[in-house]
Amino acid sequence: MRVSPAIIQRIAVVFMWALAAITFAVLVFILAYVLLHGLPHVTWSFLTQSPANMGRAGGIFPMILGTFLVSGLSVLVAAPVGVATAIYLTEYTHEGRMTAVIRFGADCLAGVPSIIFGLFGFVFFAITLRMGLSVLSGSLTLALMVLPTIIRTSEEAIRAVPDTYRQVSYGLGSTRWQMVLYVVLRSAIPGISTGIVLSLGRCISETAAVMLTAGSALRLPRSLFDSSRTLALHFYILSREGISMANAYATASVLIIAILALNLLAYWLMRKFVAKVGR
Amino acid sequence: MQLPKISVQGFNASFNGKPAVKNLDLEIFAQERLAIIGPASSGKTTFLRSLNRLNDLERGFSHSGDILRDGKNIYDPDIDVAELRRKVGMVYAVPVPLPWSIYDNLVYGLRLAGIRDRATLDNRIEVALRYAFLWDEVKDRLQEPANVLSGGQQQRLCIARVLVLEPDVLVLDEPCSGLDPISTAKIEDALVALKESHSIVLVTNNTKQAARASDRTAFLLLGDLIEVGPTSQIFTRPTQKRTNDYLVGQFG
Amino acid sequence: MKQDKIIGAILLLVALSAISGLGLITVFIFREGVPIILRLGARQFFLSTDWEPSLGKFGILSMIGGSLAVTVGAAAIGVVFSLGLAIVLTQFSPPGLSAALKPLIELLAGIPSVVYGFVGVVTLVPLIRHTLGGPGLSVLAASIVLGIMILPTITSIAIDALQAVSPTYLEGSIALGATRWQTVTMVILRAARSGIVAAVILGMGRAIGETMAVIMVAGNALEVPHSLLDPVRTLTSNIALEMGYASGAHRQALFATGVTLFVIITLLNIAALGFSRRRPARSRVG
Repeated sequence: MRVSPAIIQRIAVVFMWALAAITFAVLVFILAYVLLHGLPHVTWSFLTQSPANMGRAGGIFPMILGTFLVSGLSVLVAAPVGVATAIYLTEYTHEGRMTAVIRFGADCLAGVPSIIFGLFGFVFFAITLRMGLSVLSGSLTLALMVLPTIIRTSEEAIRAVPDTYRQVSYGLGSTRWQMVLYVVLRSAIPGISTGIVLSLGRCISETAAVMLTAGSALRLPRSLFDSSRTLALHFYILSREGISMANAYATASVLIIAILALNLLAYWLMRKFVAKVGR
Repeated sequence: MQLPKISVQGFNASFNGKPAVKNLDLEIFAQERLAIIGPASSGKTTFLRSLNRLNDLERGFSHSGDILRDGKNIYDPDIDVAELRRKVGMVYAVPVPLPWSIYDNLVYGLRLAGIRDRATLDNRIEVALRYAFLWDEVKDRLQEPANVLSGGQQQRLCIARVLVLEPDVLVLDEPCSGLDPISTAKIEDALVALKESHSIVLVTNNTKQAARASDRTAFLLLGDLIEVGPTSQIFTRPTQKRTNDYLVGQFG
Repeated sequence: MKQDKIIGAILLLVALSAISGLGLITVFIFREGVPIILRLGARQFFLSTDWEPSLGKFGILSMIGGSLAVTVGAAAIGVVFSLGLAIVLTQFSPPGLSAALKPLIELLAGIPSVVYGFVGVVTLVPLIRHTLGGPGLSVLAASIVLGIMILPTITSIAIDALQAVSPTYLEGSIALGATRWQTVTMVILRAARSGIVAAVILGMGRAIGETMAVIMVAGNALEVPHSLLDPVRTLTSNIALEMGYASGAHRQALFATGVTLFVIITLLNIAALGFSRRRPARSRVG
């Protein structure tokens, strides 16, 4: 008997929605599992104290600061370079061999796994440039890692700015740079920020690369040349070495909340951007 | 006879080798409204965008011949293109308010020119908005986003945005193509007042508008200037058969 | 204008220095890793399963096997889920619902890999151990965790590829009496084929390069796996596990492991770039 196409379609759609439901259930499960186990241990003193006894007791303040420094600095380095590259690709050249080379480089860089960035950062920043395992080595490594994301998202945001705006600006007597600065960037900034915020999230989440470049010192970093353990690495060490499950869950909860907040921020910025350029 | 404000002499423009405007000779005088009519792709817009060198930005654009403004070739290497574009103000077919407040739209060109003095800005804005018949409608809401205005108001804002720069030539590329008759009438009224102190070049697809709102009319066809003369003569006694055919076809 | 030319040159310089990072990475990784491969011989390094750094034995065959096993496993799981999601979100879902669900997929991409690994260890690994036997830490566990982790990558690229298919195809096919599902399988998937292949390849690149989650759930045993329930060590975990204390030839061998990984990934990336359709050039002023 031949099954009617309509029935096959119904079965297929139900099956695919089931897959979707499983996916989102997994997402909710992961978030809920970590937060339910961890949030009860997240107290004010946990957030503000230094760890004691390898992290069995005490808090995670140095890791919060370390994460903040490493991620912040890497985005601070990557954002201007990435946005400038995007401006070059979109506003200062025509599609040709040079743009193809830059795009190919950025695409390849985007595919390099974080452990390779870690190896590179270790041998280049930490050893060759004598920065040691430090906040600086870690953040420069991560800056290189998130650069392709920032280039791509900035490029998309800039391309979404209507061409008529550029025409108007030229017509009113602007130079190209003035047009880029006052018209294009002013409209594209929410979109560019979305990419930067998501990159910040990636830096906070990253473990393998910072492990090899920023080290895992537990003390409070006092300069950019100090080693510092980030939250993600601290969570890895606590759980992997079975030091303290309660503190591991609590650290993971802090991590998850930071990621949730950044994703919400990115989502909000994106909506603002879409409203602005009216897509 | 008075000297022309703009004198176009043997001007050719092409894109990637394809000619868009061919060997054009045309004079534009102070205190006149010159309409340029012609079917699609007759070179009207290309010509208009040559007057403020906006075509320079297009890839593959090349030109020959001269366009003299007050006797000085605008394609001379020592010309300040930004300054030229301020003095030859352009209004586009579709109103394009930048996604800012009404006020920011109006002062953008002045700020680009380095004028920051608040009193000067405010004064210039008021004069420009009055010219564009928009002052009464927006004077109390200058900080509102420009895109809340109606289409007709937006186009008059775009005209005012150009006028704050005190241009002596105003070029308009089918400025009323998307507007209703009432908005169109307001813009045409504004042009009457503006011609006292500006040369106005009006590209239009609407021959009725050309007949209503211009002093002289030029007819372009496939990049060639077929005929130019007083509007009343062009519309009643064209000397060229092709002009007549076009006008008859349009009215037909 | 002169100022614009200068600024353009500066921007070009910045852009080139940005991608020069790729060159630096290549040079430094290769400089650290290639000599030991040459010294040991490619056969010894790539085709031996003996990895005993204290004895100077560096054979990475079992890790190559491990990486391939978890990558193929992850791709199998990831592709089914990703394509299902991409198809249902682009073809069968009300636009409002799709718009609400897409940020959740991005959120899935934002969860740190250590968290994936950890939740895998405390939930999935015991489940496998109790129901299917074996140590739990296994190819299967790693494949499932990696499959979920690469899902956002494949899904979002596949969604782009599906959305790029001209709606006229859909209309034309529906007009011929096809159901929407027939249209999807016979027309739309075919039109979006190259983009989907690129998505899968990039997803595999993600899987083979993932480190922390795999360390936590794969078991890290130095054996070529014979079943889905065997523990494995991947190229990435080998580096991450031993870099902390390695020195001398051992460290070089870890860099050589990195070189191997880097070459595999770069080949995958180039393959994916070849499949992904060229970006449409924008016509613009300037």
